[in-house]
Amino acid sequence: MFRRTLMAGAVALAGLIGPANAQAPTEIQFWHGLSQPLGGLLERLVADFNGTQTQYRIVPTFRGSYPETMVAAIAAFRAGQAPHLVQMFEVGTGTMINAGRAVIPTHELLTQTGVNINFDDFLPGVRGYYAAADGRQMAMPFNSSTAVVYYNKDAFRRANLNPDQFPTTWEGVGRALAALKASGHACPMSTAWPTWLHLEQFSAIHNIPLATQGNGFGGANAELQVNNPLVLRHLTNLVNWQKEGLFRWGGRDNAGEALFPGGECAIMLTSSGFRARVQREARFDWGVSMLPVYEGTDPANAIIGGAALWVMNRGPNAQRSAAELRGIAEFFAWTARPEVAGKWHMDTGYLPITRSGFESARASGFYTQPANIGADIPIEQMLRGASSENTRGIRLGGFVEIRVIMQEEMEKALQGQQTPEQALAAMTTRGNAVLRNFERANRGG
Amino acid sequence: MRKKVIFKGIALPWLLLLPQLLITGVFFFWPAGQAIYGSFLREDAFGLSRQFVGLENFTEVLADPNYLAAGWTTVVFSTSVAFLALGAALYLAVQADKAIRGANAYKTMLIWPYAVAPAIAAVLWLFMFHPQIGLFGRMLNGLGVPWDYKLNGDQALLLVILASAWKQVSYNFIFFMAGLQSIPKSVLEAAAIDGARPMRRFWTIIFPLLAPTSFFLLVVNIVYAFFDTFGVIHALTGGGPGQATTTLIYKVYVDGVQNLNFGSSAAQSVILMFIVILLTAVQFRFIERKVHY
Repeated sequence: MFRRTLMAGAVALAGLIGPANAQAPTEIQFWHGLSQPLGGLLERLVADFNGTQTQYRIVPTFRGSYPETMVAAIAAFRAGQAPHLVQMFEVGTGTMINAGRAVIPTHELLTQTGVNINFDDFLPGVRGYYAAADGRQMAMPFNSSTAVVYYNKDAFRRANLNPDQFPTTWEGVGRALAALKASGHACPMSTAWPTWLHLEQFSAIHNIPLATQGNGFGGANAELQVNNPLVLRHLTNLVNWQKEGLFRWGGRDNAGEALFPGGECAIMLTSSGFRARVQREARFDWGVSMLPVYEGTDPANAIIGGAALWVMNRGPNAQRSAAELRGIAEFFAWTARPEVAGKWHMDTGYLPITRSGFESARASGFYTQPANIGADIPIEQMLRGASSENTRGIRLGGFVEIRVIMQEEMEKALQGQQTPEQALAAMTTRGNAVLRNFERANRGG
Repeated sequence: MRKKVIFKGIALPWLLLLPQLLITGVFFFWPAGQAIYGSFLREDAFGLSRQFVGLENFTEVLADPNYLAAGWTTVVFSTSVAFLALGAALYLAVQADKAIRGANAYKTMLIWPYAVAPAIAAVLWLFMFHPQIGLFGRMLNGLGVPWDYKLNGDQALLLVILASAWKQVSYNFIFFMAGLQSIPKSVLEAAAIDGARPMRRFWTIIFPLLAPTSFFLLVVNIVYAFFDTFGVIHALTGGGPGQATTTLIYKVYVDGVQNLNFGSSAAQSVILMFIVILLTAVQFRFIERKVHY
């Protein structure tokens, strides 16, 4: 760590001597997709960095939701006005990695500027999601979350279930759902982020592939593999539970989350970032648990959601200056400092992206405070089990579109318009068409 | 009788036409040209590589079962919206045209919804019909009707039709009111004296005399349902569940803006442009003849 500070200091010193110093601070545009309160925390973090030095000024701008930010950045690039930095959600990773000269990979940025960041300190599941197949870092991990279970302990007590132990298997969850319903709970379980939870996370922790080529890390010629017995079993369960009134579809993306804090649904599967809202709104005793698996599975590590920071060129024929690049690199190095990463994690509820940040939070006594009990469960879930090419993440081009397709086919299955088998077959066919389109459009790009 | 104005030179007429020509060029011909050009290309999201693919985008779109399904949804959606909005507006206009106490207050209130932006209208409907938080949504579920438009495609389509039609009723209402007021009272009184009952007076006198207005409104409503209902669908259902409420214009948005598939989106826009040209031409050529102006 001392060496890193020294390096950063040396670079800063080199900058001082350079001609850039004579001018006003180099402005670095940073587009992000975090609404309040998280957006405010991000802007405070940036202000803190701006306060540490005078050479660079990072200007954060809120550009709407993640997909909107992505579309805005791409449109700006086409117009030659892309921001220096864009916060891109994990689903856009495949698109960005294949973006050719639109993007400056983080490893190239660090080599060019001589700034050093110790990526070994990062959680493997976080680092790997944004690394090329050969391990070189493509984007700077920033805010990562994973998926966990929130459950209503009061409802568990009423149903004579153990409130301190959420079932570790889906079989056990099935029995708990029946007990909850029998005790008069109208909605035993719902979910947010249906495909992220029940296809992506599900495949990772069961250590089965979502797509060939190591979930697309190996190349753009990947094909979906969601049509497999285990996923079919799970989707069939969801459809049956829905019919029996044990499971309720809460809508796409995070629409389902609204069903938990008011006590309507007893179990909610969603992002670890949901914690702050539950803490604020829930008027009952609640708990957090890792995601369940089917019996006979040794759970592998979960994968992440959230976003990373990508460095963009200004336009198809417009490069970045050396000073701009150095400013970005120093900002990256600064966010990876243990105290900065730890503070970001504790303030926002996102995962600590580095081990040292996790240690820094632990040392401050954060996890032993009564209000924060269970805040380390997402981290443990990221670190449990064996990691394999199925648990690195998903690297598919056009994945934004594929996720929508998957949600549509799930909806049709839950409506009873098609069987779970047909849903998985349709997802595969339609999803593969998107993948082939993407592969073709990006060939030679 | 035709009025003809003779200009001395050609400079002045062109100058007078120029603003209109510029606006048409910049806001219609240029983007339409871009769409036609883009529909023959296939490019990556960042615009770094492009490839001329001829008519491939069109053949692909027309062979896509999801596109054809969206076409059918559009037909159902547009006809339902047009007839619902016209029928409701005509009924309300006829009622408001009667000599009743406080007619002006009713009229004003009926015109209000037109001032509501589509997205806000959708949010209003969402708060009424959301299965968990909506007033009527909860009521329906309480009465034992399994109402959940987030999962039931037919209910979702019904909801966007109702919301879109509701938005358009005010507009139609204004025109029908004006149309009704221009019908000579003497004709109606004569019919009444001859013994025609209200229903008969409506169908034999009022309705035929309103035909020009109705015809104009039919065109406007169908164009509205095709193009202006995007906000309602986007805010209410996002095209789902499944693709139950994805209309052609919504699909153009999804493929172009969300999926960054510009070629396909451009091809769809061009197809849509031809549909509308065709629709308008057919309406004016064939239906207009049967309308008594």
